[in-house]
Amino acid sequence: MPKNKNINSVLIIGSGPIVIGQACEFDYSGTQALRSLREDGIETILINSNPATIMTDPTMADHVYLLPLTTKSIIKILEEHPQIDAVLPTMGGQTALNLCIEADEKGIWEEYNVELIGVDIDAINITEDREQFRDLMAKIGVPMAPQATATSFLKGKEIAQEFGFPLCIRSSFTLGGAGAAIVYDEADFDELLSRGLEISPIHEVMIDKALLGWKEYELELLRDKNDNVVIICTIENMDPMGIHTGDSITVAPAMTLSDTAFQRMRDMAIHMMRSIGDFAGGCNVQFAVSPDEKEDIIAIEINPRVSRSSALASKATGYPIAKVASKLAIGYTLDELSNQITKSTSALFEPTLDYVVVKIPRWNFDKFEGSDRTLGLQMKAVGEVMAIGRSFQEALHKATQSLEIKRNGLGADGKGYKNYDQIIDKLTHASWDRVFVIYDAIQLGIPLSRIHEITKIDMWFLKQYEELYHLEKEISNYTIDTIERDLLLEAKQKGYGDRQIAHMLKCLESEVHARREELNIKRVYKLVDTCAAEFKAQTPYYYSTFENSVETTDGNVYSENESVVSDKKKVIVLGSGPNRIGQGIEFDYCCVHGVLASAECGYETIMINCNPETVSTDFDIADKLYFEPVFWEHIYDIIQHEKPEGVIVQLGGQTALKLAEKLDRYGIKIIGTSFKSLDLAEDRGSFSTLLKENNIPYPQFDVATTADEALAISDVLDFPILVRPSYVLGGQGMKIVINRNELEEHVVDLLRTMPDNKLLLDHYLDGAIEAEADAICDGENVYIIGIMEHIEPCGIHSGDSNATLPPFNLGEFVMQQIKDHTKKIALALNTVGLINIQFAIKDDTVYIIEANPRASRTVPFIAKAYGEPYVNFATKVMLGEKKVTDFDFNPQLEGYAIKQPVFSFNKFPKVNKKLGPEMKSTGESILFIDSLKDDEFYNLYSRRKMYLSK
Amino acid sequence: MKYNKRDKALVLLSDGTIFYGKSIGQSGTAFGEVCFNTGTTGYQEIFTDPSYFGQIMVATNAHIGNYGTKEEEVESDSIKISGLICKNFSFNYSREAADDSLKNFFEKNNVLAISDVDTRALVSYIRENGAMNAVISTDVDNIEGLKEQLAKVPEMNGLELASKVSTKEPYYFGDENATYRIAALDLGIKKNILRNLAKRDAYIKVFPYNATFEEMNEWNPDGYFLSNGPGDPEPLEGAQAVAKKIIERNLPLFGICLGHQVIALANGISTYKMHNGHRGINHPVKNLATGKGEITSQNHGFAINREETESHPDIEISHVHLNDNTVAGIKMKSKNVFSVQYHPEASPGPHDSSYLFDQFIENIKNK
Repeated sequence: MPKNKNINSVLIIGSGPIVIGQACEFDYSGTQALRSLREDGIETILINSNPATIMTDPTMADHVYLLPLTTKSIIKILEEHPQIDAVLPTMGGQTALNLCIEADEKGIWEEYNVELIGVDIDAINITEDREQFRDLMAKIGVPMAPQATATSFLKGKEIAQEFGFPLCIRSSFTLGGAGAAIVYDEADFDELLSRGLEISPIHEVMIDKALLGWKEYELELLRDKNDNVVIICTIENMDPMGIHTGDSITVAPAMTLSDTAFQRMRDMAIHMMRSIGDFAGGCNVQFAVSPDEKEDIIAIEINPRVSRSSALASKATGYPIAKVASKLAIGYTLDELSNQITKSTSALFEPTLDYVVVKIPRWNFDKFEGSDRTLGLQMKAVGEVMAIGRSFQEALHKATQSLEIKRNGLGADGKGYKNYDQIIDKLTHASWDRVFVIYDAIQLGIPLSRIHEITKIDMWFLKQYEELYHLEKEISNYTIDTIERDLLLEAKQKGYGDRQIAHMLKCLESEVHARREELNIKRVYKLVDTCAAEFKAQTPYYYSTFENSVETTDGNVYSENESVVSDKKKVIVLGSGPNRIGQGIEFDYCCVHGVLASAECGYETIMINCNPETVSTDFDIADKLYFEPVFWEHIYDIIQHEKPEGVIVQLGGQTALKLAEKLDRYGIKIIGTSFKSLDLAEDRGSFSTLLKENNIPYPQFDVATTADEALAISDVLDFPILVRPSYVLGGQGMKIVINRNELEEHVVDLLRTMPDNKLLLDHYLDGAIEAEADAICDGENVYIIGIMEHIEPCGIHSGDSNATLPPFNLGEFVMQQIKDHTKKIALALNTVGLINIQFAIKDDTVYIIEANPRASRTVPFIAKAYGEPYVNFATKVMLGEKKVTDFDFNPQLEGYAIKQPVFSFNKFPKVNKKLGPEMKSTGESILFIDSLKDDEFYNLYSRRKMYLSK
Repeated sequence: MKYNKRDKALVLLSDGTIFYGKSIGQSGTAFGEVCFNTGTTGYQEIFTDPSYFGQIMVATNAHIGNYGTKEEEVESDSIKISGLICKNFSFNYSREAADDSLKNFFEKNNVLAISDVDTRALVSYIRENGAMNAVISTDVDNIEGLKEQLAKVPEMNGLELASKVSTKEPYYFGDENATYRIAALDLGIKKNILRNLAKRDAYIKVFPYNATFEEMNEWNPDGYFLSNGPGDPEPLEGAQAVAKKIIERNLPLFGICLGHQVIALANGISTYKMHNGHRGINHPVKNLATGKGEITSQNHGFAINREETESHPDIEISHVHLNDNTVAGIKMKSKNVFSVQYHPEASPGPHDSSYLFDQFIENIKNK
């Protein structure tokens, strides 16, 4: 039982919809917190408006409230559950902390006699109010950059005059650095100052002298009620000060920090955490270190809650920060808890790493046309990947391979820039591709000193890049037949993909793989164990690497592999990789349920994913976790090692699905719907033949590969025409055109950015209503789990539309067509598992827009709204363990559930907010209404055309 | 700079197991007991710590040498480990304050380092099979010859090594006008212990390992200190005799690591060789008086017997190691004597335990 006997019932506040700066890492932390509290027999009550989360599953908490994150909802919950003793607001990001403060200011906690745990109000206030924070730091002797606070435009101008440029402007009480900017030039100051003031809910900005080029570090701390403090992880930003840490490439452990500097920083961090308040929980502290011989350390900020970085730190070290922080919040001390990985040693310790972790953010600038793509103080990334290797170089390579941006790693893929001016420009204005451009710059012969001067990236990292370049050059002197084992092993140890090596040796990827096998250069798997192998670990959390050999006394030569293969029947679930627009947390939700359902069917479950923000990469979820790129080479090697019964691809979104073809080609069984059916649904020609055979209407369409062809097609199809490239995600590059000029312009543009792609031209059903259905099919029977109607008319991407479950104004005749079509298509495609079909309804005729035989974005929503575990059912069907008829479906929903998209446009001030066929939202929330008379529904309905582009 | 092609190297353990790696550009052979340190920072401090004398160090951190070396950040005047085994050796370092590369530092000290070994496999092997003697070498074609030489290297158990690293002549440290005078017996003392004492207004006279109590007492110190150091504490009879006399006279005494073991032996508590020791900067210790935890720097292959300590009438356990419950600190009930198995001077490592130096000074004040 918890040490604090007064706490028996706890309210946890979630982080709400996904936005830039606050993503699914809080589903991971919230889920851990719930499990951790329940382990101790504590009743848990959860509020979160984001339905696409694991934490909001009915099984996760005793009471789950899918309500808007407002004090009104809090009061409702506290009225219904007077037994709530405490609120834990540190698991739901800044959103939860802000709601907690608001409730405190309104006296709600006091009124309902609810204790705040995990943090205290003063700590939240001090750390968020930059003026107070600065005063406190001065008092305890922790240096900070020269700073001043402005609550008016005039005051801001005065400060600028005093400090000189460059300056940083940061808004108080905002998220992910919203409103923050570096001002290099007086000319830009006025505008950025006004914006910063406007964005701050209290109309306040902090102006500080910009410490551009200082090295940036983050420490993750845990403290218990006895004031024991431990540092769980030290993270170094490869990109120095000036780029938001969420947009920086980060490395753990710190690579270029001496013990003397690190220990000073550690002392400061502990001192800071103790000074902000007396509470038990987690903290994240950020520091800058001067890159000169003085190694001055200054504090940047401290966050008294779990954060994006603590999720990363948990995955990087194996130390589950949120889980332990929850235990500390209910009164445990660190020395009473055991290390969750070794199970035999103490939780009061500091993890140590014998590998290197690299995180690279994932951006989606292509979705925000006209956006400023330069990285700065305001976070712009929508997701991130993490990679683990036995060297920085290996981890960096694996991270670049995890990004899914069609790169195979650094260099050796023929995609580098070669123009001097372009490279210098891209080094100067850091954007999504700087990690690659550094390599290009070295390749072009630009001196490291110059690259350092421009980027301020520490020379150690640049030298590591340079070593890679020299290795690439060396390998290029050989052919597949002449390359020696040592050199090939070194290339693999440094993370080069077989594809890259093939490029250097001018041969095929498969030949490199074959040569590796022949020379016995095999991937081995190592454990993430928090302790650098000092203790035996019990937790199956693996990453791959290549190692030199060991020779036993009886002459056996081998590379040590810690992943022991069991003789149980196994299934691999492919994860969805980094979050991006169009492929977010929903697919992680599906993967987690796929894993759990497979385990229920008696399978040993194996998860492969590279997204550190997710629940699927929690080492407690699958029987075995491989934290690896969802990249062919890595997956294939794991399959070779584990020899599973098959691979589940339909839960991991487009990422996993894209690998189906190759899996099929290599004779690996795809669990559920076959590759042939997946391909059939994706291929417009064959799919429309299928529709025709089944007498199902679809908008007229054709396929073009040139602008000429497109124009010829437009003569046959009537305008408006929907133009889109095939095989894309979230409607990327989709546009509705209304005349020949627009058509030509868009086609030319698409063929330039995505050469060799087929373009699909659909006749666009103007003014149609859009709807979609999700279903489970076992090949014989079909069960439709839900039909949703979009509130906005056809033309807005389904991910960006408000939608109701069930439909709000479709007649019986239309509904019957939707049901009939769904069943027919599911069966015709031989679907085994989930399928999502999108419809356009015009003049009472239901047309098919597309069918995707895989888990869709709406499946978690429907599961939450109806309170049924559809992904669990679908997985059992996929595995052949159950038939659709085996389940007792009993959906529960009074009234309607509305899915509301949430956007992050405030991060891109100059971007047009108009919506269209290309998805732009980053998250969603759920709203339950009793009837269509509800004001919320009325508002949405009446505004439905507002953002629609022509 | 261009591609750096490197020669083969190996680690041969006394049980015959071989771990292959690469040379960092030096050639040679080195012998010692193989041990591992899990710290992610502070390699220079570790390599120069006299307690590691006679040991081949496996650094578990993935990279070693990233920030070069700096003259002031040493714990003695030279590298004390007999050799280094690491995964990735940084040939290029980056730190404005550094004055040399780690490679040059090894070359100047004539100590051998090898890299690209599967250090994780090696650490697991030591964890399972215990610490043992080993040889590292670039002479990869002479395995039989290496085996023969390795067989002649003495076992660490029973080995007295303090004499090899102790000062030959007494010397002074700190300000001679400081308030307190401390006599330190050098069994392999780390510089940062002296810095920590001097910082607390003490003037220290450092005596060779074989100094007698009388020689030390003659300087008329306010307190005594028994230092850390390498090897087995049991053969250190002279140091144990010194400790006994200090205890008999109830003079203020503080011992660290080997010094702690000597104090235990002086009280009749036996010591034993641990399976694979504690070496790292993340070791959790609980102070039983305050109930608080400390993250500590540790480096020891021997420990004092827990049962004998618990049943000893004059001694109480003040600190325990939270991972394995070994004795991390003791205190004599009616005497002005205490000692810890770990390193409050840190360097490398956290400063959580520096209060122990304050406590020592308090003990001197209150004697």
